[in-house]
Parts: sequence; structure tokens; C-alpha cells
Amino acid sequence: MNRVPSPSGRLAEVLCHPEAMSQLSLVDWDLLLRQGRVADVLARLCELAEDKGREAALPSQVWRHLKAAQLVARRQHVELVYEAQHVRQALASDGVPLVLLKGAAYVLAGLQAGKGRMVSDIDLLIPRERQADVESALMKAGWLSSTRDSYDQHYYRRWMHEIPALRHVHRGSVLDVHHSVVPPTAGYGLDVQKMLGAVVPVQGMDGVFVLSDMDMVLHSAVHLMHEGELEMGFRGLVDLDALVREFSSADASFWDRLHERAIALNLQRPAFLALRYTQRFLGTAIPQACLDRLQAASPRMSSMRLAWLDALYERGLRPMHASFNDRYTNWARSALYIRSHWLRMPPHLLIPHLLRKSGRRLIEGFKTREETNHAQA
Amino acid sequence: MPRLSDLSLDELSERLISTGLRLSVPPFVFLIRSDIPVVARGLQTLYEQHEYEASAEGFADFHIQVKARRHGLKRVAQFSMDGFEPFTPLAYDEAFALLEWGMNWCVTGHAHTWLTIHSAVLENKGRAVLLPAPPGSGKSTLCAALMLHGWRLLSDEMALLDPVTGLITPAPRPVSLKNRSIDLIRERQPGVVMGPEALDTVKGRVAHLKVSEASRAAAHRCVAPGGVVFPRYESGAPLTVAPRAKSASLVELASNSFNQHVHGKPGFAALTAAVDRCACYDLRYSQIDEALDWFDHLEPPS
Repeated sequence: MNRVPSPSGRLAEVLCHPEAMSQLSLVDWDLLLRQGRVADVLARLCELAEDKGREAALPSQVWRHLKAAQLVARRQHVELVYEAQHVRQALASDGVPLVLLKGAAYVLAGLQAGKGRMVSDIDLLIPRERQADVESALMKAGWLSSTRDSYDQHYYRRWMHEIPALRHVHRGSVLDVHHSVVPPTAGYGLDVQKMLGAVVPVQGMDGVFVLSDMDMVLHSAVHLMHEGELEMGFRGLVDLDALVREFSSADASFWDRLHERAIALNLQRPAFLALRYTQRFLGTAIPQACLDRLQAASPRMSSMRLAWLDALYERGLRPMHASFNDRYTNWARSALYIRSHWLRMPPHLLIPHLLRKSGRRLIEGFKTREETNHAQA
Repeated sequence: MPRLSDLSLDELSERLISTGLRLSVPPFVFLIRSDIPVVARGLQTLYEQHEYEASAEGFADFHIQVKARRHGLKRVAQFSMDGFEPFTPLAYDEAFALLEWGMNWCVTGHAHTWLTIHSAVLENKGRAVLLPAPPGSGKSTLCAALMLHGWRLLSDEMALLDPVTGLITPAPRPVSLKNRSIDLIRERQPGVVMGPEALDTVKGRVAHLKVSEASRAAAHRCVAPGGVVFPRYESGAPLTVAPRAKSASLVELASNSFNQHVHGKPGFAALTAAVDRCACYDLRYSQIDEALDWFDHLEPPS
């Protein structure tokens, strides 16, 4: 049972039960296509429909849009293979293996989460001490830093766990180079070497690796719970749901292993929260005992605080389409934005940073709230 | 289904401000909202015979808006599709032109089940002739003249090539004309129906010519490509026609494609197959009537 609190929780429903697509009317699709486009899951819907040969049952006007999205996603996958080879070659001379994260990883590892997955950037994970070598190797291969703003440069390097995005000077491909999976200041004390030590090779691609199944899930969870800009929050839930479904159905011991690994990496709380919301939005079949255990193993959180987070995330994780907004949605998004920074920066630096970055955002929040009233249907 | 001509301007404006106008613009349906009067006037004039859906709920391919905004002291027009704003705002008076450009963007940015080529395309004798050309080549004037001459307009801007069937899908919309073209077409056919004229800071004077009724009525009929003509207007030049090698035509068409990169190899194969069926020419002209005469005698390859 999904509980996406929207005018029609159909988007979650068709993602989890694609057979429901054939029962939708054109009016239903009028809204669903727009929600799906904003959530970036149209290509996935197309793949799910084609999986069971259901496309014949869909109206041609609808199918045109799904198919168009699928063409774009498939094209991105073709280019991804090509770009990954280039990155691997660039890093090989310094003996740094290519460890892929997120979308690029799901697609190249052939996972269900990669189906219809739009991948515009390539996320990679490197050891922190090799950062300088990697930056220079990538620069020699044509990837240059895309941000000139010295404040942003400083912010990225000091407070986030990645260097500012690198854009290829000719091909325009974008790399996000991470040296941790969570900001070091967030307090997990996560040793990324543990994850790097457990990577698995990608079949058919020499020198290309992805995180182990449990680490992929945990990374997805912690990324979701620390992300301030939740434009792709719903898609993060879709990713996590797909990962968990695939891994748990392939291995009965998955939940136990996940629990142990979450404790070993000190990521119990983000794992608990992310899985909690995946279940709420997409009805992911997670054994209640597993959730309870993760919650018990996490640092204690009062039920009031949990209820507060629930209220924020149940809005913040919806696709950013006006049809999903209620009167608190924009406040919830702002609160989550602030929270993600709160978890990352000490207060005396947080305030000036937020004033600089959020001032405009809050003003836009007021503006979009007006438009929510007009933008229905 | 009712036609736009069934609505008074007040009723049309009211609909645009509130629930939106669900307008059939084959092969698409646009749900249009706007609070700017020139948009209502432009739609009423240029889409008079187009069908719209009267009910409050329905299906639309694209939900679009052209809304008035304040930019300091100025009033501007902003285009958005379902909340997304792909362009910077334009002058308030350009609101109707902005709607048309926005509709083009919707198609070229999203309708990827077709190969979309930046080209005018018209039909005669059962085959489509593509006129790919960079801006300023006189393509739009020629396209408008051909349509008024009796050729069926499929599009003045975008050829939609179906890579599966190999046919061109019509998507006729008002022909966008600039500056001197506007006057020229009015001179050629006084009384011709044009939409509101606006002044754009970059393009100059802009207006749109209404699609001929014959073209609108036949918009469901797809047609095979039979010719590719690269026109170039040159003041005082005698009519000069030279066949262009198919390979060069293919390369030119591919480089004029909006979404060839999405289609990759199968898309290239579809373009190749299309060019294979076409007679390809370079056309240099200064007299429109001479050009029209030449077009009339164009025979599609058997």
C-alpha cells in the first residue's frame, strides 16, 4: 500500500505495479505523464511497460511520450559506456581504479535500478589522498572545472565530499568526483576505504568497479537523507526501492548482511530513515523486523522528532510538480535544505552560507507558492 | 468537436485565463493558458478552424502558458511548459510570437519518436518536398508563397520524419514571417489572413500567416518524401538549379536535425532512406513566381 499523499498516488502505483498502466484513462495519463516527466521516470515507465508486452494496451498519444523518453535514456546509456572508457583510461595512468556511483553504476552493472534511468553525469569515488592526482589526470584528458566562483570552489572542497563538477571541454560530459559518500563533518566517521575495499568489478568492463550490493544501498540511503536539493528525491526513492527489491530477492541473507554492514559503517540511521520512506512512498517489501532492528541500532531519536522528519520528508520527497504541493510543501523543502546544511556545517558558518544561498531560494519559494494555486490540472 | 470560431473573443480569453484552452494542433494537443490579450487575438485569428476540447478535463501533450510578468518597470511575457521556463522573457507585445516559439520548443525538445529536421516541408503531387535552410535564406517567404499557390503545408519550420514508416507527419502551424517578407506576402495576396505583428529586438518585425484551410483539413495525411530543395534567395539572380549529390544532401539534412543524436544509427539510416527516395537540388532565385513555376514542374522520382 503506497501512501504518497498526492491528488493521485498513481505515479508510485504504476512504478510498483506496471500492470495498472493499462487501466488508466487518457485524463489520468494527462497528469501522470507530466508528473513522470518532472520526476524523470518516464523512460523507466516505458521500460516497465515493454517488459511485459503491455505497450500495445496503451493509447498511442501516451506511448509517444513514453517512447520519446526511452529513446533519450537509451542514448544516454550508449554515451555512458563510451565516456566511462575514457574516464577509466584517464585514471589508469595514475593507477586509480574507476569506481562508479549512482546512476552510472546501476546502468553499467546491468541492475534493475538502471532500467530507464536517466544518467546525465558520471559519479565516481576516489580515495581522498589521490584527489590531486585524479584532478590533474582528468584535466589532462579534457575535463575542466565548471565553476569559476571561488566561493563555490571553496565550499565544495571544504564542506562537501566532492570537487566541483568537471565538464569535458569538447564532448560536454560531466563528472562528479567524490572522495567520500557523506560530508566528513556529518559526524559518521565513515571510512570510505571500507567501501573502496569491497568494490566489485563490472562485467565486461576492465578496470571499472561499483560498490558492493549493501554499500550501494547504504550509499543511496545516506545520499537521500543528506541531500539538500531534493529535485531528484523521488527518483532516489525509486533507485533505492529497485536496488533493495533486486538484492533481497536474489539473496535471503541480504537483510541480515545489510544490518551488519550498516552498523559497521555507522550508517544505521540514514538506512532506517531512507528505507522507512521508500516503504511509505513505494510500498517496498521490507521485513518490519529489519526496520525495527535498524531503528533500535540507531542513535536514539524521540518519536516527536521522527514525526517532524516524517512530515518534512513526506512532502520533500514528492516529485517537484505543482500537483503534489500542499500549503506546507515549499516550507518543508526549505527546512530540508537547511537541515542538510546543518548536518554538514558548524552554526557560525552555516548562517552566512545560508543567507548567501537561500535568500533567493526562499523568495522563489514564495513565488512558486502563488503559482501552485494556479498550476493545478 | 467544436471549433475556435464557435467562441467569441471574450469567451476565448476567459478560457485562456481560467481552465485553459485544449487546442488540437495535429498531431498534438496543446493546453494553452494566457492572461495576455494579444495571445487570445492571435489564436482567434490564426487557429479559427482548429478544434478544441470543451470539457474541463482531457488529454494534452503539452501544458503551456504565456503569462505577464513584471521585470522592474517593464511588463514582459514569460513562456512556461508545466512550470518549466526554457526561455528568458520577451517583450509583452511579443506574447503571441512567444507562444508559437514555445510550441516549437515543445515539439523539438520532446517529440523524439520522430526525427525532427529544421526545414519547411510542403506536399504536391503526392510527395513531400523539404526545404532545409538557415534563417535569412528566404525559406519562409518561399514556403508561404508555395502554400498560397496551392501546395499543402506540412510545416514551415520542422519536418517530422517517422523513422519507422519513412513518412513525413504533417504538423501545420502559422507560417512565421519577418520584416520585408510580411509586406511581400501581403502584396502577393491582399486580404491574406495574418496574426498580430510584433517587434522583436533581434529578429525585427514578426507576424504569422494563417495555414490554408486545405492544409489544415489534410493534417492527418502523412506523405512520403520526394524532394529536398536547398533554396537561396539572391537579389537580381536568374533562376539557377543544380542537382545536389545525395551524400551532400544527407549530410546537410543530418546537420539540420534537432534530435539526430537521440536516434543515433537507426536515425541516420532513416535519413539515408529518406534522401534515397528524393530528388535533391540547390535553387537560387530572386523572382518568387519563377521559383513557384519551377516547383510546380518538379517531378518526384518514380
